[in-house]
Amino acid sequence: MHPRADHHPPAIHTRRAATRLLALLGVAGFVGTARAAAPGWPEEAFKQTSEADAIKALYGKSAATSDKITLEVPEIAENGAVVPVSVSSSLADVTAISILVPGNPLTLAASYTLPAGTLPSIGCRLKMAKTSNVIALVEAGGKLYSTSKEVKVTLGGCGG
Amino acid sequence: MRPSRRDLLKLLGASAAAGVMPRPSRAQANADIYDIGRSGNVRLLHMTDTHGQTVPVHFREPSVNIGMGEARGRPPHLVGAAFLEHFGIAPGTAQAHAFTYLDFAEAAHRYGKMGGYAHLATLIARLRAEAGPANTLLLDGGDSWQGSWTAHRTQGLGMVQLSNLLGVDAMTSHFEMTYGEEKFRANLKAFKGTYIAQNVFLTDEAAFNGAEALDPDSGRVFEPYIIREVGGHRVAVIGQCFPYQPIAHPRRFVPDWTFGIREAEMQKVVDKLRGAERADAVVLLSHNGMDVDLKLASRVRGIDIILGGHTHDGVPQPITVANPGGRTLVANGGSNGKFLGVVDLDVGKGRVNGIRYTLAPVFSNLLPADPAMAAQVAALRQPDAAALDEKLASAGELLYRRGNVAGTMDQVLCDAMMQELNAQIALSPGFRWGPSVLPGEAITMDLVYAHTAITYPDVYVQEMTGAAIKTIMEDVCDNLFNPDPYVQQGGDMVRMGGLDYACTPGGSMGNRITELTLTDGTKLDAAKTYRVAGWASVNLPQGGRPVWDVVATYLRGQGEVRPRRPAGVKLNGVDGNPGYAA
Repeated sequence: MHPRADHHPPAIHTRRAATRLLALLGVAGFVGTARAAAPGWPEEAFKQTSEADAIKALYGKSAATSDKITLEVPEIAENGAVVPVSVSSSLADVTAISILVPGNPLTLAASYTLPAGTLPSIGCRLKMAKTSNVIALVEAGGKLYSTSKEVKVTLGGCGG
Repeated sequence: MRPSRRDLLKLLGASAAAGVMPRPSRAQANADIYDIGRSGNVRLLHMTDTHGQTVPVHFREPSVNIGMGEARGRPPHLVGAAFLEHFGIAPGTAQAHAFTYLDFAEAAHRYGKMGGYAHLATLIARLRAEAGPANTLLLDGGDSWQGSWTAHRTQGLGMVQLSNLLGVDAMTSHFEMTYGEEKFRANLKAFKGTYIAQNVFLTDEAAFNGAEALDPDSGRVFEPYIIREVGGHRVAVIGQCFPYQPIAHPRRFVPDWTFGIREAEMQKVVDKLRGAERADAVVLLSHNGMDVDLKLASRVRGIDIILGGHTHDGVPQPITVANPGGRTLVANGGSNGKFLGVVDLDVGKGRVNGIRYTLAPVFSNLLPADPAMAAQVAALRQPDAAALDEKLASAGELLYRRGNVAGTMDQVLCDAMMQELNAQIALSPGFRWGPSVLPGEAITMDLVYAHTAITYPDVYVQEMTGAAIKTIMEDVCDNLFNPDPYVQQGGDMVRMGGLDYACTPGGSMGNRITELTLTDGTKLDAAKTYRVAGWASVNLPQGGRPVWDVVATYLRGQGEVRPRRPAGVKLNGVDGNPGYAA
């Protein structure tokens, strides 16, 4: 992890590993508030099984592709159970960052709400059962933006 | 039949040289092919993927090396006549033999074996003397410390000694890491050059636990580059080791390290070299594989030339790739000691003004053995010489490995596992190393090791469903033919014994493998269970017999050996593809 203690930590909503997601590692060692204690927990959004439904449930609007989002993922996962994902953005006035994995049984993997003044940069690790796109959603200035990359999950072996 | 030096010289007509700078004209017919001549002010010598082959070998280049999509018909995805035509090499020449499979056995008799460290040493010494030792760097792209019994018995250390004797200045890696971190680090301590890899970092857990790293803040494990004052200029060489180490090999060998292509890190390193480090030339010593390097070159700015390996592509001329920062040359130096890359740079202030590239074939008959290296190689082989020289059987036909979907030597390995382990189906990994055996030649124990000497060699027998077998085949096939080079791992298709199939390289993941048929003609049943043998599993614990024992036992009973039946792989959608020769 890369400590960024000079910035406010974002509040973190996350489901538990039981929903095929590995527990999120919060930025700067600030572990997210527990579900029960988190007002505004997006219950419906975390239940969705498609990209469109998850985005609709979370934000109620559609996302435009942006090149001002940096999504860092491995090309091939070294271990599908712990795939490192980080998202940062140069967009102004970022208020939320979410990560979707359409290939997982439940699409929404993580959603971060960022108080004003927070550096828009998050990192976590996700469990991925199979090769899938990973989509980063960034809400900035009241609008929604996205970028995506594919992460390959392979059986491994037989390299030359 | 041994070729005379005169024959060879006559046959070596065409020049291997290529690149940006025109080479001076010289008398053709009787020219000494190694009389490359000085050019520029910095010389880089590039060896890669020798795979521990300390003595000369035959190595047949592929007749099937298919490129799909953008890669179709583009080097390195050219074979045979299409290859010769593209690079302007005359058929029937020594160059044609070095670079293609054409008339392989006959040409191998005519031109002799290639590579071998004692012959390589002679060539390196000569080319270093020509340019001046102070103006020359010797770079090793990795996969040098594995692949033979000598390498395996010494767990890489014997090969380190040979690298030191050659005077390797910098190297990166692949199989070197399969000895495990502890032995790898011990080998690096014994290595007199500098190991470089910009793409290895500690995992979060290892960083938290205080594992050893070059830079604890970033978690960077190794020196990412070297900078040398060469010919009065600052020459930087960045290292890129094999990006998929813990995926292609058991994770347990390097549990603390995480890899990847790390394009963004690469750009940062190049920018630092071009900026604060005031490098005049930036070279990438890569073990990505050629297709990955071609994509990287189109996206990362500021690299003058990529000296690549891994995919074992002997490519006579580098490919020029445009990118937002200008252009980058991409070369690949072949394998098994067959070639030495000679890169002559004309380096000016802050830039490279010209590059002349020559991929010189290492003909052991043209290069006298270096006595010191020959003695060292003999000393390393000596403890097991009798065992290594055991003639297990003779080759009933040309036995080779390299090719996208099958090789005759691999079929022999599969036959051995099926017979010795009483299995219906056998799987053998699509490694790209392993020398060829000419018809009538002895198959020695040394040769068996040269196809099998890895650190997870044990055979297994498992009950697997037809569906599970197909899943494995599709997975490996996607690692070979995925249209995105960044997710290709650089190996060939898993070899199948006892199972024929059709493959559509241009298909999508999960839909390339069809017509799975057992030897008796029945279709593979997805729900039915089969007895499957294999080796080199990345997941199963070791505990069986090493595959080389199984193969040796089989061969001792054969006399003259050939695959029991040809590999029954039908390729769809490749008609007319210049990377495919039926």
